[in-house]
Amino acid sequence: MTHAFYIVTAYAVTAAVVLSLIAWTFFDGRARRRELAELDAKGLRRRGTAAPGGAPSP
Amino acid sequence: MTESLAIRKFSDLANPTCFLALAERVLPWLAALCCVLLAVGLFLSFTTEGDYQQGDTVRIMYIHVPAAWLSMMCYSVMALSAIGTLVWRHPLADVSHKAAAPLGAAFTLIALVTGSLWGKPMWGTWWVWDARLTSVFILFLMYLGLIALNRSMDDPSRAARVSAVLILVGFVNIPIIKFSVDWWNTLHQPASVIRLDGPTIDPEFLWPLLIMAVAFTLLFFCLHIMAMRNEIWRRRVATQRRLAARMAGRGD
Repeated sequence: MTHAFYIVTAYAVTAAVVLSLIAWTFFDGRARRRELAELDAKGLRRRGTAAPGGAPSP
Repeated sequence: MTESLAIRKFSDLANPTCFLALAERVLPWLAALCCVLLAVGLFLSFTTEGDYQQGDTVRIMYIHVPAAWLSMMCYSVMALSAIGTLVWRHPLADVSHKAAAPLGAAFTLIALVTGSLWGKPMWGTWWVWDARLTSVFILFLMYLGLIALNRSMDDPSRAARVSAVLILVGFVNIPIIKFSVDWWNTLHQPASVIRLDGPTIDPEFLWPLLIMAVAFTLLFFCLHIMAMRNEIWRRRVATQRRLAARMAGRGD
């Protein structure tokens, strides 16, 4: 393969940025879900919304 | 009758709770389709022939071009959301442009870095301050500025309105990026895929490029929906905490 260094670096940088983006979005979502579940466990819930994975609150 | 039904359906979708339910249903399918297309695109990217002039560096194009397209598409999505914020004052539009900014910055960064890595062996330089490269670099700075602005303001609705005005003003950069290669004498080559007289590149390179472009677009929409969902949850957590603090205050 000609210019292998440039090609491999380009794909590696792309993979690193995309994987970081996916991981950041996924872990951010998990942290928010956990916070909502904690608030839900304390009995704090918005009217008419479901707890994550649960039934809608009255 | 049909029109009012369509408007009701649209306003139902714009409701954050309905959006969360829809996101839950759509995301697995979107992610699966994205993975399949990405796998096919990557396979074609490394099995098709090299270019007679560029050699194997043409393979960098299969990630550089989709990332560059997405950097502009993401800003266009943000501009549409900004109109939603300013005209209809819809909270989901605020959430949409706030969630899209980091994604746009990431794809613009990929376009800049991979373009530079292609430029060194092909042009003999990592960077030139020509109109296309400079306008894309300005787009990257605009994304960073919008992220910083959103994080510097505590009130999300105020931050959204200020950001929306800036996004719409900054939208002038998108046609400049697109047509810079026609308006000015640039080192960057003119468009070879989206042209009035059709693509001028060989199908050998066009297919992997198009499949990677669709895969990258699906990846963007997956991440955008996930980031919007996170932002809705973040706002709910903040609202519930404020409510809890108020209730505790009344109890004292």
